[in-house]
Amino acid sequence: MSTLVFFLPFLLMYTVFAVYAERKISAFIQDRYGPMEVGKYGWYQTVADLLKLIQKEDIIPKNANKTLFMLAPIVIFTAIFCGFAILPLTSSWVGSLSQNGVYFLIAIVSLDVVGILMAGWGANSKYSLLGSLRAVAQIISYEIPVTLSVLCVVMISQSLSLQEISYQQSVLINVFPDLESTKNFLFGIKTMAIDVTAWGGFFTWNIFRAPVLIPVAVIYFISTLAESNRAPFDLPEAESELVAGFHTEYSGFRWAIIMLSEYGMMLLVAILGVILFFGSWNTPLPNIGNITLANWTTGQPGTIIGNLWSILWLISKAMLWVMAQMWVRWTYPRLRIDQLMNLSWKYLTPFAIFLIFMSGLWRLLMI
Amino acid sequence: MEVLLNLRLRKRAKLKENQTKYWANVRITVSTLIEGIKVTTGHFWNARKQRNAIGVESDNYFEKNNGLQTVLYPHEELPIPDNGRYQLHNEIDDCIVCDKCVKVCPVDCIDIEPIRAVEDLGKTSDGTPKRIHAAKFDINMSKCCFCGLCTTVCPTECLTMTNEFDFSEFEVKKHNFEFATLTSSEVSEKKEALEKFNLEKQEASKLISIDKKKASPKIKMKPIIKKTIPEENAEQGKTNVTKPKFRPRPVMKKKKEE
Repeated sequence: MSTLVFFLPFLLMYTVFAVYAERKISAFIQDRYGPMEVGKYGWYQTVADLLKLIQKEDIIPKNANKTLFMLAPIVIFTAIFCGFAILPLTSSWVGSLSQNGVYFLIAIVSLDVVGILMAGWGANSKYSLLGSLRAVAQIISYEIPVTLSVLCVVMISQSLSLQEISYQQSVLINVFPDLESTKNFLFGIKTMAIDVTAWGGFFTWNIFRAPVLIPVAVIYFISTLAESNRAPFDLPEAESELVAGFHTEYSGFRWAIIMLSEYGMMLLVAILGVILFFGSWNTPLPNIGNITLANWTTGQPGTIIGNLWSILWLISKAMLWVMAQMWVRWTYPRLRIDQLMNLSWKYLTPFAIFLIFMSGLWRLLMI
Repeated sequence: MEVLLNLRLRKRAKLKENQTKYWANVRITVSTLIEGIKVTTGHFWNARKQRNAIGVESDNYFEKNNGLQTVLYPHEELPIPDNGRYQLHNEIDDCIVCDKCVKVCPVDCIDIEPIRAVEDLGKTSDGTPKRIHAAKFDINMSKCCFCGLCTTVCPTECLTMTNEFDFSEFEVKKHNFEFATLTSSEVSEKKEALEKFNLEKQEASKLISIDKKKASPKIKMKPIIKKTIPEENAEQGKTNVTKPKFRPRPVMKKKKEE
């Protein structure tokens, strides 16, 4: 239920403001103002753009494969939106209680490759085809470091359920059915015997439970940028070479859906990253003696206040992640296709494999 | 054996070289990534501030300012020099319609239609007598190349370049700036007066010489302006308009003194 009730409207709102944020961040990095005319500080610029977009003509090229062309945006968006189905939103509000949610997510997200290929092939345009070929090559290559880095977390947490992974990083760890007697130790090292289960806060986040996950998080960040076709890996839509890549021929509402999917993908990988590495819906504030900040800012699972705190932490952490994605976009130049493949196969993948091994070793320290 | 050994050694050396290159690549990548993110972070942080509102006249104009470099143009502008040479302006009251600007203009963007004045038009502010009405004084600013030649040849310094630079229009016709103040009825009135004056003059000359009899009806057919001016020059003594005194431009002198 959380998917339709929360994520669908949230995704639409988020996209509107993310586009605005993107333009503002790029402007500030380039010493400009960005949109300033529509509303105060240009707040409604994206709303105005969206209204314009809806009114635009839905152009289907004459020689396009009509069915593929019309279906592609829907396939892309559906694939990405399905990913939201298994994300745990709060301590008690989960989309699907799938026991192997991570697995499902990895599988369903790569489905958008099919949509992109449909869009590129169906449009019957050189730019679109080149763009979609690049997109497919890139997404399939970067699936591997993404999956491997997710696997590192699975090694540490010994679970494929995203909600269980979330609870492991929580001050409420013992509330979860299978984890009644599990304890968290500082940096996960049991022999140090510093029990941080009751501390909560950032001490129990995955990157603190197992610091080996810090480089894993970096690899995850880099390769998810490529997964969501964001700069510096935006070859599929390289404006200077391919006009707009695989969505060159799209206009109006169909284009808007493709854009929505791009931002949706950003949000999806951001939330997943937060769940896997940065404590999911858990508060960053630890309990300090009698001042039980962690418990205050987490609330009891199932209560309204508990849900609100959880949503607040999850979404704000995800927003920071998205901001980092934008920040990176406006900092680094685009990679060439061979550099892109080099980075994936020669650097990220071997490092990720090595880190899986390290995670396995770290797991031995934790039990 | 030796060849094989050499080959193996060379292979090993190459492998080692590749390995060092690999780690050097990682090192360079990480350090440059950090360097890059530092640059953008600095700019992002400084975006709280705005550049100083100093114009090109200031000595600090090219000083590197931190913060937003652009201005919200229609709402804010950077100061521009007072002696900026952008849009042309003609002070029509001081114009003697000498046609010099038209002749010198390299792109022919000035269009003048003069009418010889019958009555006394008075003097310009620098004391040059005015003798010609400007029925039309149009400057097409979309043709103008901003060379400023017209302002240098202008004897009365009525044609100047102003520091007005934003004259964008939605219609290209509006780039034609009209400086003549005469209305169309006034123009036809002046033309009639001149025609009448010319006719009278013709009558007067007819009395003197009988040879010009046949030519007189033809005068009407020909364009009036071109005919009248040379004729006027030929019969200077008979006109009651005083000869213009061209004084050395007093305004220029003033500028030098300043």
